[in-house]
Amino acid sequence: MYFQHDAIIIGAGGAGLRAAIELSGKVDVAVISKLYPTRSHTGTAQGGIGAALGNDEQDNPEWHTFDTVKGSDYLGDQDAIELMCRESIQAVYDLEHMGLPFSRTKEGRIDQRRFGGHTRNFGEAPVRRSCYAADRTGHMILQTLYQACISNKAAFYNEFEVMDLIVCDGVCCGVVAYEIATGEVHTFHAKAVLFATGGYGKMFKVTSNALSLTGDGLAVAYRRGIPLEDMEFFQFHPTGIYKMGILITEGARGEGGILLNGLGERFMERYAPTIKDLAPRDMVSRAMYMEIREGRGIDGKDYLHLDLTHLGRDVIEKKLPDITDFVRTYLGIDPVETPIPVQPTAHYGMGGIPTDIDGAVVVDEKNTRFPGFFAAGECACVSVHGANRLGTNSLVDIQVFGKRAGREMVNYIGSADLVPVPEDVEDWVRGEIARLKSDVGGESVADIRAELQSEMMANASVFRTEKTLVEMQKKLITLKDRYTRASVQDKGHIYNTELTEAFELGCLLELAETLVVSALARTESRGAHSREDFPTRDDANWMKHSLAYRTDKSSIRLGYKPVVVTKFQPMERKY
Amino acid sequence: MDVTLKIRRYDPETRPKPEFVTYRASVEPTDRVLDAMNYVKWYVDGSLAYRRSCAHGICGSDAMVINGVNRLACKTLIEDVGAKITIAPLPGFPVLKDLIVDMEPFFAQLRAIKPYLENDEPPPIRERLQSPEEREVFDDTTKCILCASCTGSCPIYWSNPDYVGPAAIVNAHRFIFDSRDKSAAERLEILNSRSGVWRCRTIFNCTEACPREIEVTKAIEELKRAILYGGIG
Repeated sequence: MYFQHDAIIIGAGGAGLRAAIELSGKVDVAVISKLYPTRSHTGTAQGGIGAALGNDEQDNPEWHTFDTVKGSDYLGDQDAIELMCRESIQAVYDLEHMGLPFSRTKEGRIDQRRFGGHTRNFGEAPVRRSCYAADRTGHMILQTLYQACISNKAAFYNEFEVMDLIVCDGVCCGVVAYEIATGEVHTFHAKAVLFATGGYGKMFKVTSNALSLTGDGLAVAYRRGIPLEDMEFFQFHPTGIYKMGILITEGARGEGGILLNGLGERFMERYAPTIKDLAPRDMVSRAMYMEIREGRGIDGKDYLHLDLTHLGRDVIEKKLPDITDFVRTYLGIDPVETPIPVQPTAHYGMGGIPTDIDGAVVVDEKNTRFPGFFAAGECACVSVHGANRLGTNSLVDIQVFGKRAGREMVNYIGSADLVPVPEDVEDWVRGEIARLKSDVGGESVADIRAELQSEMMANASVFRTEKTLVEMQKKLITLKDRYTRASVQDKGHIYNTELTEAFELGCLLELAETLVVSALARTESRGAHSREDFPTRDDANWMKHSLAYRTDKSSIRLGYKPVVVTKFQPMERKY
Repeated sequence: MDVTLKIRRYDPETRPKPEFVTYRASVEPTDRVLDAMNYVKWYVDGSLAYRRSCAHGICGSDAMVINGVNRLACKTLIEDVGAKITIAPLPGFPVLKDLIVDMEPFFAQLRAIKPYLENDEPPPIRERLQSPEEREVFDDTTKCILCASCTGSCPIYWSNPDYVGPAAIVNAHRFIFDSRDKSAAERLEILNSRSGVWRCRTIFNCTEACPREIEVTKAIEELKRAILYGGIG
């Protein structure tokens, strides 16, 4: 079928819904999601959204800006970061006005807690900046935005998998989507398209990410010639539940929780003497790997303890109820009485579809806009997170840049024409579906995916070397080749989720390759990209963003663009 | 350990008559039922259809009947249900394929109670004030993940799909008791209608089914009292 709207938004998480609120009432907007909107991964964010409200103690946006720049290991663009940290305050008030039930201070204001890397007065000590609703802040954000969308009567297409971007004469004018309930392929024609499709953590074996986080949006854009920026930077969150990867919020350490090694030592005191367990995630995850590697894991094994037992039942159950429930459910232990076994878990891709500060996609080293195409949230790279994102800043990102992208789309639609869609626009998608349903190769999607996830974990996670990355590159050639022979058993049309999973694997393979190639080229260590063969940061050569372009089936071309530095010159990163 | 999964299968294209099909899976006792289902889908029969996403009880995708009880497959461990596991789709909703039910009626009922904050007064520049005590009154009902376990457990809803159902009532409660919201009277009027709270016979199935441990029946009772006795700002 053929559908037409002024604007279409792909993805119904925090960024997509925030943009939808901005667009609805002004233009005809529809939100397309492969899930029901309330299933989006924003809902699993726990600890809070950062904004210098100063409700509990003195704070200001410039400190937030400095912390974010330093946290990014100086790879974040400082103009964008400054803007984000300034606008985060209004973003939080917007949410409160829409009805978000934040936890409150005695005075009735939004309560704030400490979080990793957020400090007062340029690094002096941790500051209370994270605005929270118990430990279900993301859940409340997602619900609140969805509620506002119901109120605004935004149109939704639920359970549609977007498989291709429609580009005509250099202008983006829609998407091709597969309706999961019926197996039909549809053309969505629009003046402006926003990708807010989320992350791609499922390329790793141990991850906090949902099964649906397979980077479809990035891969779809990449296949249509959009470069992907800074893909080598993938964040591992320090505290995933051992083996399962389920997130235990940094807010647990914000409330006073500490990490202990097998000797019972609070080892973060050695790695970050000033802010200790509240150091940024890249540093804590590396420290944990080092402790485990040197035999100081719990019982010499590959995990450590997150100890909350000294916080008391009341703080744990009142302020951290969800993670308490997770630990009781999945580990069968009570965090009030027993330390929690944790290990770093693949959490957040700093890289993504390059955009400017208004969410417009930019496609080259000169930041040339790609008309009609916008991106926001984890799938995008503004870049505000640089080489390492600070906790709470993903929720800030989706609110600030979701809103800005929505606003910019309204402007763009006012002056843009609807570009005609080419005749053969659905051909690639129909061909791909037919190939995956044919029985030619007999390769198993599940086998390829499992191998991708374990190999990426071994070769391209927290620590990397030329040797492991080259090894991974070779593996990817084999896995991609096997994928060309993958096929599904289910030949049906109705809820053929085996088919959508197969499509998602193709996306993960493309993105893993961009990550590995970008990581191999970057011969330095910065933020979440830690090269053991190049252990120091190299500002002389690498204060630049990488851009991975897809050339043909077997190669990636890398380009670079400079980092925007305004107020803060790179310094050694100590905490 | 080895487990057997007896799963109710239905596909209008290939299996128009619903039937139980038994699969074997090798799993750890601490694995989730969802892990066992993934094993079947990935390595035995790819056509098995179910919704899932976050896999830790927050997104609300995978509510189904596991050994006779409405639960989330990702929040139920194998060791909690044993080696013989029977799985069927959530009752009360039309089945579309295997364990996937039509969620549209559920979301339509949610929309009916106006699930959004209404307040005509222009907001202050900063946040609206709300004391921790005012916030606490509706804390429990903010936890709802719209998984439909409760509504799908309610015998009244099974026999009368016009009933808004416990999940919609929980979400009405969340706004009616929010000191910042000004449409309590209007929502109470909706809940006072034929399809509203008076359908509830305090069976408590909903409370037992809720994977977020929301005291659903209590919330419904608080709303009945609010309709009868008032007392909401």
